[in-house]
Amino acid sequence: MLWTDWGRYGRVWDPWQELARMDRTFSDILSPSTDREFPAVNVWANGNEATVTMEVPGIDPQAVDISVAGKTLTVRGSREPGKTGEDESYHRNEHWYGSFSRTIDMPYLIDQNKVQARFSKGVLQITLPRAEADKPKKITVVSE
Amino acid sequence: MGETVKEIQKKEAATPEGVERTRPRKVYTPAVDILERKDDIVVTADMPGVDERSVDITLEKNVLTIYGMVEPQFPEGQRLALSEYGVGDYQRAFTLSEEVDRDRINASVKNGVLRLVLPKAAAAKARKIEVMAEA
Repeated sequence: MLWTDWGRYGRVWDPWQELARMDRTFSDILSPSTDREFPAVNVWANGNEATVTMEVPGIDPQAVDISVAGKTLTVRGSREPGKTGEDESYHRNEHWYGSFSRTIDMPYLIDQNKVQARFSKGVLQITLPRAEADKPKKITVVSE
Repeated sequence: MGETVKEIQKKEAATPEGVERTRPRKVYTPAVDILERKDDIVVTADMPGVDERSVDITLEKNVLTIYGMVEPQFPEGQRLALSEYGVGDYQRAFTLSEEVDRDRINASVKNGVLRLVLPKAAAAKARKIEVMAEA
């Protein structure tokens, strides 16, 4: 095991960090991250509430499965590929189809009863309020 | 190296030569499916965030251009914690061949997917052509 080196250079120098950085640089060049998870999400948050949006056009909103457990949100759904009959052929087929599953960790515990989800114009928006028990309590200092 | 994975990230549309965009918004290229059926051609474009009022379809000479405008929704009072996709308008242009009947083009939007039905002109439906031997 490699010990971090205190003091010699006046700050902590972690050899593992250097190695990890080199590894990241090389892997980014050799295989750019096209295997990013699908669908892409945007997460907005403040101290009391978080909103997760994802663009999933063409899915059936009734068939989306959203579940919340503690701090984790899981969204599952699927999209049917287009059907072709006889005499029909695709010139272009760029749409995504199939099933997707995305798990996101929130920074705090979520109140499962108050989660809301809206699907509008192909964008799924999920509102996640923070659990009451998890909210920080202000403690006042009494000076003697 | 990443070609084995289907390209599912949003692609920014290239600005045509000499043309500037006046709206301060990113423009993406929507993914489309083009299906040729017996009597018509169906084009479906993925444009999440677009409804029937914010899509603009123009046909000029032989070029059909679809432009979808998206109003970004920012939740009140919250800060962006993670951003994996950008929000912006969608644009794509197609050159139509003679075989499309321009007067009967039909468009509808559902769940962020634009569906264009381009009926084939009567003359373009497949005809068998008799081959006669040259005397």
